Amino acid sequence: MENLLVILFSVILVNNFVLARFLGLCPFLGVSREFKSSLSMGAAVIFVMTLASVSTWFIQYYLLIPYKVEFLQTIVFILVIAALVQFVEMVIQKVSPVLQKALGIYLPLITTNCAVLGVCILNIREDYSLLETIVHGAGGGIGFTVAILIMAGIRERLSLGRVPKCMQGFPISFITACLMALSFFCFQGFFAH
Amino acid sequence: MGFFSEFIKGLWRENPVFRIVLGICPTLAVSTQLSNGLGMGLAATFVLVGSNVFISLIRNVIPDKIRIPAFIVVISTFVTVVDLFMAAYTPALHERLGIFIPLIVVNCIILGRAEAFASKSTVWMSIADALGMGGGFTLALTLISSIRELLGNGTLLGIHVFPAAYSPAVIMILPPGAFLTIGILLGLFNYLSNRKSP
Repeated sequence: MENLLVILFSVILVNNFVLARFLGLCPFLGVSREFKSSLSMGAAVIFVMTLASVSTWFIQYYLLIPYKVEFLQTIVFILVIAALVQFVEMVIQKVSPVLQKALGIYLPLITTNCAVLGVCILNIREDYSLLETIVHGAGGGIGFTVAILIMAGIRERLSLGRVPKCMQGFPISFITACLMALSFFCFQGFFAH
Repeated sequence: MGFFSEFIKGLWRENPVFRIVLGICPTLAVSTQLSNGLGMGLAATFVLVGSNVFISLIRNVIPDKIRIPAFIVVISTFVTVVDLFMAAYTPALHERLGIFIPLIVVNCIILGRAEAFASKSTVWMSIADALGMGGGFTLALTLISSIRELLGNGTLLGIHVFPAAYSPAVIMILPPGAFLTIGILLGLFNYLSNRKSP
């Protein structure tokens, strides 16, 4: 139990996927203009990362390893993620129009979100059990959501401020991310021992 | 456009990192030292050339509706080749780049070039495009990782450049330094290109 909590908090705060591991930067910068759409994106990412973690875990241990084809990992994982995203999209379309409206356009974008493939590969490399995989996947998604929400909040404020012309857009977003990464760095001491 | 102009456009005018702001994740993650940056750039260039050539060859065979999955399979095949090759011949670099080698699959530059260029052009032109874009990516990685290694460690390719009295700004090789470097570089390039064409 303690182990699971350590995984959860370290993946949200210390090894945050966006700010410490540089995974999922494209949506982090691309979708963080508004608070509301950031929230939808975050929800979609948590959902897909958890599902993808679980399904690739089963594929790795019940398909790739028994048949000794671990070198196919990259190809198989990315196809599974792409199929999964497509499938989730179809299910949501049928079941919940409300959810479809909220997550709709963000789901296809997630296939090429490197955080999703990244979390699946990390689960395998860290030798996580199924339970740890679920916590790591969900925690990674939560960490992404926390980062993108803070970013969106700052950018909404920043849009009213006076930014030099050459720094508008991406440059100032990167500087903001730098300051965020710096402050998240302080959490490192918590889990250092 | 000729071979040469297709090649040259990726280096600067349409530089994938500085101009189009694609492929940021690997750029920031591996640029802690110059050797990592160069290794990553070359690996991605190889995958880009391989996938561009292959996709250009089969572009008339792939049905339009399933082209994206087909591209992804081609790209991940080449990534697997690079992954196994580097594990065999450059194990130390392979270890340092870690999960970012399999993650070349989701590098937006590669899928972007497949979709925007290779699926519509001849093999010859696709090679030029891939070499240019890969070169541009490598160039950007080289620049960023040199700055970070130099300021953060006082070395370049492991050789001490600054005098021993220089105390390294360790922050530059930590995650915040990566964001800071690319933010300032992008701002600088914006400033320069705005000044040139008022």
